[in-house]
Amino acid sequence: MKPAPFQWHPASSLDEAVALLARYAPEDGRVIAGGQSLVPSMALRVALPAHLIDINGIASLARLEVEAGRLSIGACVRHAAFEHPVEPGVLGRLLATVAANIAHAPIRTRGTFCGSLANADPASEWCLVAATLGATLVAVSARGTREVAAADWFHGIMTTALAEDELLAEARLPLLATDARAGFHEFSRRAGDYALAMSLCTFRVVEGRMREARVGVGGVEPQPRRIPEAERLLEGERPEPETFARAARAAADAVDPLEDIRTRAAYRRDLVAASVRRSLQAACDDTH
Amino acid sequence: MTPRIDITLNVNGSDHDIRVEPRRTLADALRQDCGLTGTNVGCEHGVCGACTVLLDGEPVRSCLMFAVQAQGRRLRTVEGLANAEGLHPLQQAFTDHHALQCGYCTPGFLMLAAGTLERHPDIDDESLREVLSSNLCRCTGYQNILRAVRAVRDSRRLAREDAR
Repeated sequence: MKPAPFQWHPASSLDEAVALLARYAPEDGRVIAGGQSLVPSMALRVALPAHLIDINGIASLARLEVEAGRLSIGACVRHAAFEHPVEPGVLGRLLATVAANIAHAPIRTRGTFCGSLANADPASEWCLVAATLGATLVAVSARGTREVAAADWFHGIMTTALAEDELLAEARLPLLATDARAGFHEFSRRAGDYALAMSLCTFRVVEGRMREARVGVGGVEPQPRRIPEAERLLEGERPEPETFARAARAAADAVDPLEDIRTRAAYRRDLVAASVRRSLQAACDDTH
Repeated sequence: MTPRIDITLNVNGSDHDIRVEPRRTLADALRQDCGLTGTNVGCEHGVCGACTVLLDGEPVRSCLMFAVQAQGRRLRTVEGLANAEGLHPLQQAFTDHHALQCGYCTPGFLMLAAGTLERHPDIDDESLREVLSSNLCRCTGYQNILRAVRAVRDSRRLAREDAR
């Protein structure tokens, strides 16, 4: 249970980090930020990086601020930063709700938002947030900077659009409308454990009818995604339990669940129905 | 073996000059290089919380950090709780409420509770329960740990009110 040897390269600027990454990525070099997924993988010798480029000392990556209608989250912003609303609107409130579901408090002290997105575990809460709300991910390398839409980011289980010499320097989330409502629900067997299914829903209610409905599901398929079959059943309808149940059933029918030794597809499908229904109800009740 | 690096760890107010490989976890460096064996190592992959220490006042899993990453930070371990006047109130409460049996998880729970109460002195019961779910104990059934930490929270609250 001891990590294999590696060389440690602490970077003090983004330029230095991407230069180190360009040099060492081809030699099994990797970026370390919070390390709360990477270090256990190294202890279990599932991950054997020969070089770690440590970005924790880069002050500019701790940036967390609202600008031009979006929330910019630097690569070193920890999960714990979201436990209290980071902005006064619906998004800040939603992120606080979601953060409470991520692992345990001492893990949230170290783990980072961007690290979760770069790791792309199917059960990552932040990945579901990014996919549902339409995040923009900023990838930086010695070759330059590019922006990737969340819809193009996830390429399967723990696989993303990030090239080996690229660093996910920032994630940007659009702020939610002031009259938007948002709900989140997650099911896991033990407090702080990985989600077996989770759902994030947002919509506005205009003259009693739901508009701009988004239904996201995570922890179920190789990557989180929106479920258009469920969103269609909400658009223009009244926010009522029967409608939520119909949309939840549609989401359960639309997913192709992962299976493992303890979790059959039929069970995960049932969890999707329950989770979507509860997150829709939570959104309906989200009237502050 | 990769070259060792000279670092200084500040633990409980004292500097420890040590030489470690980058792969040395903070937990192992505390125990084996600083000689502070109060921090226990359980699962070594971030699940059990036995190795919880305070990093600049915040609880972290010391098995999920490398020692080289803790330079320039203030670390606190279970050895820093008691002082010349006696046990820390949490240590006394764990004794009074029978919050330990084998004691293996105790240093981690104490540091988790110490960091939590310092940052959130008025934490409510539900949030405290949530925070203490971070660590594993296979003896006590957790209820006595909850009672012990609640007792310290409540007695400190009373002391604050008396001081007003």
